[in-house]
Amino acid sequence: MSAKLRNTLLYLLLTLFALTALIPFLWMALTSFKPLEEVEKLNPVPTVWHPENYRKVFEQISFARYYFNSLFIAAWVTFLTCLTSSMAAFAFARLQWRQRDNVFRLYLATLMIPGVVTMIPNYTLMVKLHLLDSYTGLIVPSAFSAFGTFLLRQFLLTIPAALDEAAEIDGANKWQLFWDVILPLARPGLITLALFTFMGNYGSFFWPLVMIKSEHLRTLPTGMLFFDSTYGRQTNLLMAASLMNIVPLIVLFIVSQKFLVRGIQMGAVKG
Amino acid sequence: MTTPPARLQNSRRARERRDLWVAIGFLLPNLLGFLLFTSGPVLFSLVVSFSNWNLQQTVPFRWVGVENYVQMLHNSEFWLYTINTFYFLLGMPIAVFGSLFLAVMLSQKLRGIVIFRTLFYLPSFTSGVALMILWKSLYNPDFGLINAAIRHVSDLLHLGITPPEWLLSTKNVLGLDVERVAVNRAQWGMGARDAIIIMGIWMGIGGNNMLLYLAALTNVPQELTEAGELDGASSWQVFRHIVWPQLAPTTFFILVMSFIGGLQGGFEQARVMTNGGPAGTTTTLSYHIYTKAFEEFQIGYASAVSWALFALIFVLTLVNWRFGNKEVSY
Repeated sequence: MSAKLRNTLLYLLLTLFALTALIPFLWMALTSFKPLEEVEKLNPVPTVWHPENYRKVFEQISFARYYFNSLFIAAWVTFLTCLTSSMAAFAFARLQWRQRDNVFRLYLATLMIPGVVTMIPNYTLMVKLHLLDSYTGLIVPSAFSAFGTFLLRQFLLTIPAALDEAAEIDGANKWQLFWDVILPLARPGLITLALFTFMGNYGSFFWPLVMIKSEHLRTLPTGMLFFDSTYGRQTNLLMAASLMNIVPLIVLFIVSQKFLVRGIQMGAVKG
Repeated sequence: MTTPPARLQNSRRARERRDLWVAIGFLLPNLLGFLLFTSGPVLFSLVVSFSNWNLQQTVPFRWVGVENYVQMLHNSEFWLYTINTFYFLLGMPIAVFGSLFLAVMLSQKLRGIVIFRTLFYLPSFTSGVALMILWKSLYNPDFGLINAAIRHVSDLLHLGITPPEWLLSTKNVLGLDVERVAVNRAQWGMGARDAIIIMGIWMGIGGNNMLLYLAALTNVPQELTEAGELDGASSWQVFRHIVWPQLAPTTFFILVMSFIGGLQGGFEQARVMTNGGPAGTTTTLSYHIYTKAFEEFQIGYASAVSWALFALIFVLTLVNWRFGNKEVSY
């Protein structure tokens, strides 16, 4: 097979897969501009475009509020996870203490615990602490990540040890070493963890679903389902809301591509 | 290893002791959260699984021993849901090999390859409730895009295909019966379970697994593949005998993680797309635990099921490790 033919075939296949990935999104976008009567018809392009569907989403449910809630909760979880994980990673990667690596292995093993096992006790704990139906109850239980500790530890191990000695000679204590020397150097790793955490919590569904009863605390995935209720399904508005839901993710994705790829490669390095 | 002089050893010990307290300080926030929200709850749910605890408090609390577990094993629904949970793993090999296939294509040196990588990654990046809502409408038997396409192709080529009912159908590609553990010819076809699997492949194929393979492929030493080519091996032979063995650790890692994730999965799909139906065929163990705990408030029973799931995942992961590691050490 000549190289030219081979490349043409490759491009054809790649385009085919790319279309498969894209067409559902396109369908989502087109449906979001249709009038309700046309949703159940098969013309892919709306006969009359209805951009006001997007306005209606904001009018019929507190969509702006849900937007804020989702972003607010994800931002807080991300901040706290980065802080607690980087501190723990520092202890595992840059401090010498006995049994350190055994304790770390124990940490890793907990990655295997399924979320469903801890879900029920965490719920009852929230009931006992009167944190049901609150921002705190949504944020705090998600702010501690064994995965994050693992990811950052791997990253911190790549920073030369000579820096620690230099900082010590300059009279820095361990906190200063952590905050002023190591953290700034760990920025790419932190950004990766922040992205993963933000993505995961922005879309989180289960925990808000069981925790939240009040309308004004709902997040996007739970709030959007209003348009999917058995009485009065409005698929066009549902699609408009879904599209607006993923817009921040797409923006984030485009801005952060290189960090994502690097982060995933880092995760592949054996501990 | 030579033993360092005693003086050095002492100073190292002193240093270790000093650092231990600092380390505890740094670990504390994470450790507290971990004790409170992970290890504590795991033990708590084990204890609770031996009780009849009900959040509605209509029945007085008491310890019931292994009654929840006995009840679970005698419950035919539990077995259906276990089968469902395993059924959803059927998509895993397709998704994993699909990821590998895409990664091999993307590792070729071509113009604009970054654009394709971005497009392939998009579904897994945006995955979640929004996309499940989208797929629910794509799967609509009457006006969904998928059946429209099937009907169009069928008419064009005069095939006379009746498109599947997708999320409304209990049919499945293995022809499993719903009522009992058996194969039933009438059940053969495409139904809700397959629909969810297909969607899962679409969402996952270009995601993190593909990127992991892409990373692993760039790490395969070029001398090895070049040596193979010099010896006159075809590109398939080079891949099969040189590249594939080099990818073994990555494949192993991906399989173990997909297994763990897959057995826990299916909650969002069931909640958003099917409510676990039709006839319970898309209810996985995790959705079952959710309905028992948060709709029927039977915390004791739900905890027992969650521990059964935990045990299942644990045992299967150990088995994977045993066999996988043997395969990997070449």
